[in-house]
Amino acid sequence: MLRIKRDHKVRRFHQAKWDEPVIFELHNSGERGVQVPLTEAGIVASVGDGLSTIPASMRRKAELRLPEVAQARVLRHYLRLSQETLGADLNIEIGQGTCTMKYSPKINEALARSPQMTELHPAQDPDTVQGILEVMYKMDLFLREISGMDRFSLQSGSGSQAAMAMAAIVRAYHQSKGEDLTRDEIITTIYSHPSDAAAAIVKGYKIITIYPDAEGYPDLQALKQAISSRTAGLIVANPEDTGVFNKRIAEFTRLVHEAGGLCCYDQANANALLGITRAKEAGFDMCFFNLHKTFSTPHGCGGPGGGAVGVLEELAGFLPVPLVEFVGGRYILNYDLPDSIGKVRMYYGVPPVMLKAYSWIMSLGAEGLYEAAKVSVLNNNYLYSKIMQIKGADAPYVRDKQPIEQIRYSFEALKQETGVEVEDIQNRMPDFGLHMWTSHHPYLVPSPVTLEPTESYSKTELEEYCATLGHVVQEARENPDIVKTAPHNSVCHKIDYSVLDRPEDWCITWRSYLKKTKPE
Amino acid sequence: MGERGFKHHPYIPNSLPEVQAEMLRELGLNSLEDLHAEIPKELVFKGTMNLPEPLKSEYELRRHVERLMGKNKTCKENICFMGGGCWPHFVPAICDEINQRAEFLTAYAGEPYEDHGRFQSLFEYQSLVAELVDMDVVNVPTIDGAQAAATALRMAGRITGRGELLLAGTISPEKLLVIKNYCGPDLTCRKLDYDKRTGQVDMPSLQTALSGETAAVYFENPNYLGIIEEQGQQIADLAHAAGAVCVVGVDPSSLGVLEPPSGYGADIVCGELQPLGIHMNYGGGLAGFIATRDEERFVMEYPSRLFGIAPTIVPGEYGFGDVAYERTSFHDRIHGKEYVGTQSALWGITAGVYLALMGPRGMFELGQTILQKSQYAARQLSKIKGVKGVPFDSSFFKEFVLDFNSSGLTVADINKALQARGIFGGIDLSAAFPELGQCALYCVTEIHTKEDIDTLVEELADILGY
Repeated sequence: MLRIKRDHKVRRFHQAKWDEPVIFELHNSGERGVQVPLTEAGIVASVGDGLSTIPASMRRKAELRLPEVAQARVLRHYLRLSQETLGADLNIEIGQGTCTMKYSPKINEALARSPQMTELHPAQDPDTVQGILEVMYKMDLFLREISGMDRFSLQSGSGSQAAMAMAAIVRAYHQSKGEDLTRDEIITTIYSHPSDAAAAIVKGYKIITIYPDAEGYPDLQALKQAISSRTAGLIVANPEDTGVFNKRIAEFTRLVHEAGGLCCYDQANANALLGITRAKEAGFDMCFFNLHKTFSTPHGCGGPGGGAVGVLEELAGFLPVPLVEFVGGRYILNYDLPDSIGKVRMYYGVPPVMLKAYSWIMSLGAEGLYEAAKVSVLNNNYLYSKIMQIKGADAPYVRDKQPIEQIRYSFEALKQETGVEVEDIQNRMPDFGLHMWTSHHPYLVPSPVTLEPTESYSKTELEEYCATLGHVVQEARENPDIVKTAPHNSVCHKIDYSVLDRPEDWCITWRSYLKKTKPE
Repeated sequence: MGERGFKHHPYIPNSLPEVQAEMLRELGLNSLEDLHAEIPKELVFKGTMNLPEPLKSEYELRRHVERLMGKNKTCKENICFMGGGCWPHFVPAICDEINQRAEFLTAYAGEPYEDHGRFQSLFEYQSLVAELVDMDVVNVPTIDGAQAAATALRMAGRITGRGELLLAGTISPEKLLVIKNYCGPDLTCRKLDYDKRTGQVDMPSLQTALSGETAAVYFENPNYLGIIEEQGQQIADLAHAAGAVCVVGVDPSSLGVLEPPSGYGADIVCGELQPLGIHMNYGGGLAGFIATRDEERFVMEYPSRLFGIAPTIVPGEYGFGDVAYERTSFHDRIHGKEYVGTQSALWGITAGVYLALMGPRGMFELGQTILQKSQYAARQLSKIKGVKGVPFDSSFFKEFVLDFNSSGLTVADINKALQARGIFGGIDLSAAFPELGQCALYCVTEIHTKEDIDTLVEELADILGY
């Protein structure tokens, strides 16, 4: 036979398309997915049907209209839906900037799914959970080393919840000084995560937003003007979501401190900084890490994740309760924090996520973290050099800088030239088995594309991503219709999103869909 | 000084020195040290991170972690009678099979075109919970049930423009701390009394507390002490008459047998999803839901993602996407509702799988079994001298209070003794509910066999000296 020729430039992909019905459409009266462990006869003989003790008014009256589906049919349905999802394990997930979509090692997942993790009740006597408490305690110690902070709470279930916890600590701190009513402003930068502002607003703060200066760095003059006796604190990411590192961050924190404010560091973009630079030296009073970003735990379609909030010693008393302590050779839960903000999440956070992050750090050590940081920046610079070879691509904020770990590009020139929108490109990339994200708020960079390659992808994978993006850009010039009508090889075709913004048309559940739509 | 870093690491393909050299050459750089050029010298970390030496192989990591986690004593080899916000339930194998699928496990923020299955499964999750609570709108899950309650209360605050929350006095102390932190400083929490005889909401206390400042009245069914609140409709009517929103927290595992709160006047229903096919995970298996009617004034106050169904250009094809995305902080950080971000989506998908497996009959049987087994346990335990079973004159679901005041022992002592016999006794209420003295909150679910319960009764009788 002739050797099979494999010289195509882009992947000839087609996503699994099962044309799967909604689960309710699988209903077949009488089918069962699983048997419930029923009550033994001896108990029934003693208490009867169990229902008669419930007042009639409290017994369910309406029929429960859940679908009835046999087990293997349920399994097939959800396996098909999983195949219709492009997880980070399958694709070169560098198109989801700001989210650090690195490889989540399978061994860590396997360890976190052992009964020694899953079958623990949070109210168990600490003596019976010394293993997981040790993991939580060690994570605190590790993160202290990584950040320079003195104490961590791993209770937050996400970065946004950690941002809220930081804002709550800022408020509690000023309250302890009797200044919470006068200090009512939080300063942030426009290219910090939206939750840094939004979560501070939840905690009752007014937001002052700093924009970039002419060079693309957070504007120092604007900061000086923003700072006043009303300043409660600063909450910023660094590098920002554009990939720009604020070189004057130590001056920012100094100025805020001089005005009596606290400085809080959103370390969602910390992946490039492990072992390179730390929160403490930049003058921060507290910071948080996302365990599901920097520390490799899987993102789970949007959680559960983990947010680890670290503070300097003088703020440790404000952390949420409890903290894990090591006293007299055993690990205990310390609820005795009189200044504590209380709780941000039930119990202690998401321990299996902590275990996975712990396992990741144990697989890398200090030099491995440094390697991850260096390679994430190497990969990003390499990606940058390739993307900038695509005509129509620009990187407005990093043009004259060496980028850190991600970049918000602009494809505005391509749009002006071809009329192809960045959303069209976004819709076309799945045709090649790839994801590409634009941006969340703010929508200041025109036609934005935010890419973050992390350390997890090989040189050839970076090249495949760039080649595919380059191919789509070429299509935009030569055959724009194929881009504008994309996707073509995906599970579904172009969606009419307009119905989702109209109250009379939106259907957020199947029952609502049945009520609000008429058959043709 | 040797070369820094960790070359040939299996998780880092480009840790190969020759690949790095090639990439650096293309970039016109000499070494990895030339990267991070934007970090000012004075901020470069000059110390070393004092972290353990890395475990060199996956096998060594496994041995290390298994040894560490082997120190835990689990609810598998012990009998667990603890609930109170996280409950031991059976987890169908298919729930784990689906939530460890690589695609669901590692997806995140993809668009509907590459993550159609993620959108559909979360839409289905919303739809399945909607049937359970008999309401038309359910969100993509929140972090946990406490967060769901806190957000539901903030929604009520925005809808009414008022600042006071009235909370049933039996609320879990943990949940109250979450709500207080999340709702402050805009909203203040005021705990209502509970009726000392029934354990339900004290109606005179509610009537006195309601005012033109009341944003919401919040109660639970069953409440933290396991008690079924029978006055739901009266509470809702009073709340509505005062112009307040009625928010009800509910245990979804009860809804095969108990009336959903929408049937007695709830405007917003919220709760914890963990009972629906999710392992306890030392409290890490929590996820929350919020449900409302399909009215714009409610829908537009959700901070969460809401996935909706939509047509595509191909006839007969389903599409999915975000409903009213402009509400969210992703769209507008200043004017968005609260904030949105990573929550607990994987547990939402899992809860959907669970409900699809259970169907109406499964949920009914689950509820009935829990009722029977918990009633049996309460009855048998009450027979022990020194134990007063259920000191409240109300029916209960899944959990009940045991009164040990006449035993002469503290709950802490009793639980220590039980633990030595392989039993995790009920949650000690003496700190959170000092007025009850030495009482414990026992949880009995479908996983407990008659033998488990009888063992508890025997051991407890022995510990108490009878």
